[in-house]
Amino acid sequence: MIRKLFDIIANNAVPAVFIIISAFAIPLSGYSASYLIQEMLTRIGRNSFLILSLLIPIMAGMGLNFGMVLGAMAGQIGLLFICDWGIVGIPGMVLACLIGTPIAIVLGIFCGHVLNRAKGREMVTSYILGFFINGVYQMVVLYLMGWIIPITNPALLLSRGYGVRNAVSLLGIRGVLDNLIPTIITGTQGAGQFFNINGGKSFILVQLPFLEGAIRIPLATLIVIGLFCIFIMWFRKTKLGQDMRAIGQSQAVADSAGIPVNRTRIIAIVISTVLACYGQIIYLQNMGTLNTYNSHDQAGMFSIAALLIGGASVSRATIANVFAGVILFHLMFIVAPVAGKNLIGDAQIGEYFRVFVSYGIIAIALVLHAWRRNREREAARRSLRGNKGGE
Amino acid sequence: MSTPLLRLDHIGKEFYGNRVLSDITFDISAGEIIGLVGENGAGKSTLLNILFGMPVISSTGGHEGTIQIDGKTVHFTSPNQALAHGIGMVHQEFSLIPGFTATENILLNREVLNDSSMSYIFSDRVSTLNRTAMNDRARAAINTLGVDISPDMVVSEMPVGYKQFIEIAREIDRKNTRLLFLDEPTAVLTEQEAEILIIALQKLAKKGIAIVFISHRLSEVKQLCSRILVLRDGRLVTDQPATELTTRQIASLMVGRESERREVPPEFPEEPVEVSNATEVLESSPKKKKKKIRPALKVEHLWVDMPGETVRDVSFEVMKGEIFGIGGLAGHGKLGIPNGIMGLYPSGGKVLLKGRKLTLNKPRAALGRKMAFVSEDRRGVGLLLDEPLDWNITFTAMQTQGRFLLGIPYIFQMRNEHAMKKEARKFIDSLGIKCTGPNQLAGELSGGNQQKVCLAKAFVLRPDVLLICEPTRGIDIGAKTLVLDTLKEYNRENGTTIIITSSELEELRSVCNRVAIVDEGRIAGILPASSPAEEFGMLMMGEKPRTGLSATE
Repeated sequence: MIRKLFDIIANNAVPAVFIIISAFAIPLSGYSASYLIQEMLTRIGRNSFLILSLLIPIMAGMGLNFGMVLGAMAGQIGLLFICDWGIVGIPGMVLACLIGTPIAIVLGIFCGHVLNRAKGREMVTSYILGFFINGVYQMVVLYLMGWIIPITNPALLLSRGYGVRNAVSLLGIRGVLDNLIPTIITGTQGAGQFFNINGGKSFILVQLPFLEGAIRIPLATLIVIGLFCIFIMWFRKTKLGQDMRAIGQSQAVADSAGIPVNRTRIIAIVISTVLACYGQIIYLQNMGTLNTYNSHDQAGMFSIAALLIGGASVSRATIANVFAGVILFHLMFIVAPVAGKNLIGDAQIGEYFRVFVSYGIIAIALVLHAWRRNREREAARRSLRGNKGGE
Repeated sequence: MSTPLLRLDHIGKEFYGNRVLSDITFDISAGEIIGLVGENGAGKSTLLNILFGMPVISSTGGHEGTIQIDGKTVHFTSPNQALAHGIGMVHQEFSLIPGFTATENILLNREVLNDSSMSYIFSDRVSTLNRTAMNDRARAAINTLGVDISPDMVVSEMPVGYKQFIEIAREIDRKNTRLLFLDEPTAVLTEQEAEILIIALQKLAKKGIAIVFISHRLSEVKQLCSRILVLRDGRLVTDQPATELTTRQIASLMVGRESERREVPPEFPEEPVEVSNATEVLESSPKKKKKKIRPALKVEHLWVDMPGETVRDVSFEVMKGEIFGIGGLAGHGKLGIPNGIMGLYPSGGKVLLKGRKLTLNKPRAALGRKMAFVSEDRRGVGLLLDEPLDWNITFTAMQTQGRFLLGIPYIFQMRNEHAMKKEARKFIDSLGIKCTGPNQLAGELSGGNQQKVCLAKAFVLRPDVLLICEPTRGIDIGAKTLVLDTLKEYNRENGTTIIITSSELEELRSVCNRVAIVDEGRIAGILPASSPAEEFGMLMMGEKPRTGLSATE
């Protein structure tokens, strides 16, 4: 009984702590509700696709896929090409996805093979693999692009003639998905005031009487994310999903039942990598600038931290965890610096908190996971004895 | 009768020149239930591996003889081929997925799928599962067994007995299963559950499924099976209808006749008189307690969580100066007892050393009380393979007793190389360790000589109680006798109490004064070494000697 209660607390401790911190920080920050809702919607649109890409490897028992940065790099390469070719708007995004997909698949297969040789140590292996592939990516982007790989747009290249600049503007596709179906929610009194918000073009207007100010909704992005959630729910019901769940719980049993364990694990990683590639493209179309050498690094770490804050563990994660994670993680990011400034007079505290929390949460999740696994093993050993042996 | 379902013809197998099976010939007809019994190492698992086309067989040069199914010769190179021919297997350890429901486990990788247009583009694996159809099939399979288990129950929440039924249900759900192998299916069941299982198996047999029942519980084998096959040392020694054999006869067939007995080990002086409950059952002799010998080691209700060797509830006493043997089948917990006493695995209960309580779960405490341990895992726990012999021999003494050191304790200490070498040389000479000298690395020695180093390492501690696991495992015959003689001699000269754990019963009977037999984590009985072999056999098979004796008339 006490153990059960303890389990409930241990399983939900992380989200609970974040809810409490936010509950204190929101009033301290002094932000309005509409501002926070706007920010949350933007961040859900920006980040949740990346985080959702983590779910399938967790289902297959491969832990948190730190190797998702491989997919992010593939997506960035796709974006670099469309920038060079000057293809803008939705066609540009689609083309970037098309270029990124084969690269992500190849990287995913490679990653899957490596991880099959490192069973039980997938997380640390994929993490280090991320660094290795980062080296390859840098070689391609810094030396080969503009030299062997044709890149002609001088705005992209370093002044020496080859290699891509550190910051690449993605103006051509900036916000194209977010604003594909322009939607704005306003309170009644402010309706006219915000009418030219979309450059005079028509948009869907929803009026909510209790709201102050206006909220712009990235509807198309949210639809894409919704479709993807449906995909994951459908995937869980397929034979392949069932096989992955089986492998996730016991590779040995799955193997003896004739499930192709290694192949299925590779498929899980490939799916994750490809989705991370799309996720990164969606993320960057919202941001509008590509940090050629840094964007992908942050993608992995922040996605994993957000998922864990949403209450997921290394071996169990749901769609609800993803959204709870995005909201809690980013809510704290937005309110903590201002709250810190209002409280202590130093905005840096928020930024410090952000980095500290991301790494801290990942460390705690890994320790909790190891601790829980040990305890389960002990319980399994004890159960072998039956209950007659006494304690 | 028509052609038998399965016929084995002169099956034999050698592993690297080591013969484990020879000339096994028998056949099985549809609907027959056969009991297959044999000691550890009798060749049961090798036989199963051959039948299932396990890679371990083909990678070690295949086997001799032929296997026929329905009169056609088959040759399996992978377990899937055996499955395709309708041979099913229920393993000793559960191969179920804990977080899955009964249905999901029974239909693992044989799920019922909905039709989907996607499956034409990709493969069947993208079709969704048809849960209702799956539940129906699972329920049908469970009903065949005559038990009432909900198909939606999650396996991890099931009692152990249920899990066994789910395993069997999985095999019978396979449409073509005609021959079912059950490896120790009742080991984890309560008597009641075992009863239900036996009835369920009889039902299955009536439907024409042939069953091979492997168990060490002879009464169950006799109750269930129509024919009994006994394997010993890789040979089929009996193939008889169950009605013609008594459990006592089966037990003696398994352990072999008396003929091989070489010498009768010395009765322990003064006839140790047992006080503990476990032994009282056996020793009905009048309690004459003229000279009371104090027990050197008294174990009460010990449990040990050693994976694969779980000890449930063990009580026994060992007299001072006695050589005490612990035997039993592999996996029943005999290795767990010494490992638990020494604190290498989580354990509980009470252990009294010379009347004083021993702290469990702390190897250091056991070593500090002048106990020494020779592990069964010689290369893993027993030796520092990459260090020289003198280090190995003196290591534990140095760490726990502060010997072979120079300097001031707690402030500055260094190894006394000279004393270490001297001690090592002493043991190299007295035990006849074949090596180039104290500087040779332990990993370079042969198995027998490594074992002697392990013994030397224990002897250096000058123990009062010495626990030895599997002293002759993996060493050749000549070295075996040397090791055993060394132990006997050490016991005689120093009066050390020695507890030997071994899977070789004959070895225990030739060295020990008394031998305890462990069965399913409990002591089945303690017998003087001079007792006839089949009495030990009966204990190993889970037969209480008293009932066993009376049942045989």
